[in-house]
Amino acid sequence: MRNALLLARDCEANDSLAASVLETIHRNIDLACSRTRPICQDTGSVLFYVTAPSSFDRTAFKKLAGRCVTAATAKGWLRPNSVDPITGRNDGTNVGPGTPTFYFEDGPDPAITIKLMLKGGGCENVGAQYSLPDARLGADRNLDGCRKAVLDAVFQAQGKGCAPGVLGICIGGDRATGYEHSKIQFLRRLDDTKPDPTLRAFEEDILRSANALGIGPMGFGGKTTLLAAKACTLNRLPASYFVTVSYMCWAFRRQGVVLDQSGHITQWLYS
Amino acid sequence: MRTKPLQTPLSEERVRELRVGDRVVITGVVFTARDTVHKYLAAGGDLPGGVDLRGGVIYHCGPVAVRGNDGRWQIVAAGPTTSYREEPYQAEIIRKFGLRAVIGKGGMGGKTLEALKQHGCVYLHAVGGAAQVLAECVTAVQDVWFLDEFGAPEAMWKLAVADFPAVVTMDATGNSLHELVRASSQTELARALSGSP
Ligand code: SF4
Repeated sequence: MRNALLLARDCEANDSLAASVLETIHRNIDLACSRTRPICQDTGSVLFYVTAPSSFDRTAFKKLAGRCVTAATAKGWLRPNSVDPITGRNDGTNVGPGTPTFYFEDGPDPAITIKLMLKGGGCENVGAQYSLPDARLGADRNLDGCRKAVLDAVFQAQGKGCAPGVLGICIGGDRATGYEHSKIQFLRRLDDTKPDPTLRAFEEDILRSANALGIGPMGFGGKTTLLAAKACTLNRLPASYFVTVSYMCWAFRRQGVVLDQSGHITQWLYS
Repeated sequence: MRTKPLQTPLSEERVRELRVGDRVVITGVVFTARDTVHKYLAAGGDLPGGVDLRGGVIYHCGPVAVRGNDGRWQIVAAGPTTSYREEPYQAEIIRKFGLRAVIGKGGMGGKTLEALKQHGCVYLHAVGGAAQVLAECVTAVQDVWFLDEFGAPEAMWKLAVADFPAVVTMDATGNSLHELVRASSQTELARALSGSP
């Protein structure tokens, strides 16, 4: 992510607002790293993705992860972000109904993979789901219709998701799985490419076309609106055709570990 | 491009000469206010005793603050939050309290733009997410209100700042960089959608 941001800075015109935004972002990441502080004050939704054998004690993991989240909040690494929607109460622990969020999947081997993603509220708000056909966009139930929907989402977002960002796209599925899997795309490495040539071409086209819109960092105008676009497909119902777009801001925070049976870290993902 | 220094409290004259695209650095005092404070003030709530926002600056920000053993607050992250959520309230608050600048991110809508023009105020865009660079510019926490009622991010923090960087994206002449970029990207979008991939 950092390299992508640096490359982007070099592409923008000297002394442009776009270049100065990217320079500030770059300085910001350096500062955050050297002080072990949040790169953005919105530490977002806390999402855990766990792949583990079926014997893995999910309840115990949830409890433990909740305690860790509360401890990290007390240290100022996470902002108290868990708010009761009716009363507006925020008890400061970051633990409550639905927070943090857990996704579990059964894995075949004894290894346990735990991935953590922090997703900011600003970029979450510009996510969008389209039900095709969409008359306003002239978007039919085909890949070209998907393209129209996705580019519309980028246009509607302007700089509000803290561009430059990364898109996660899910074609198909239902309303719930669409968002779930569009977010799962953020677990892919920035440089990975889809083996399927159609999807790969789709991702490349979205990236190129979105950047041609000229929205730029923070929406100040410029060449860098997106750093990557990642897409997947899920089978759909005959009656539905959803295209779901999740937006991840430049403050793209994720980490993952692989644990052996005794709980030792054998690998860091995304370093 | 030259950066223009702004010292709070701001005069109407100073604010009216600013133009979209100007880079500024702010020194003085800013007050944070997010959704809850905006809603509260727009609904007729009183400012905390002793707070005067005339010539003042409101910052759309929910900082991460930690309290040291000596009881003093320290801001560890302080980037802007999305301003658009305050669109229903902002114009009224600018009018009622005499604000001269609003700092946030993402820009605001027509109602606010009109209020900027009418009352002599500007919208300043800070780099979204640049919480550390911006926290560095906070030199002291001078006070905090509504902490228990609204929670830390939603509370009203009075922050002393030095050389806080931002860009004028909506000025008091009725121009908005957000509208300009939106319009040009709309043209590009139409082109992208009509052409085959
Ligand atoms: S969208 Fe991302 S970078 Fe922007 S304020 Fe939210 S978390 Fe921070």
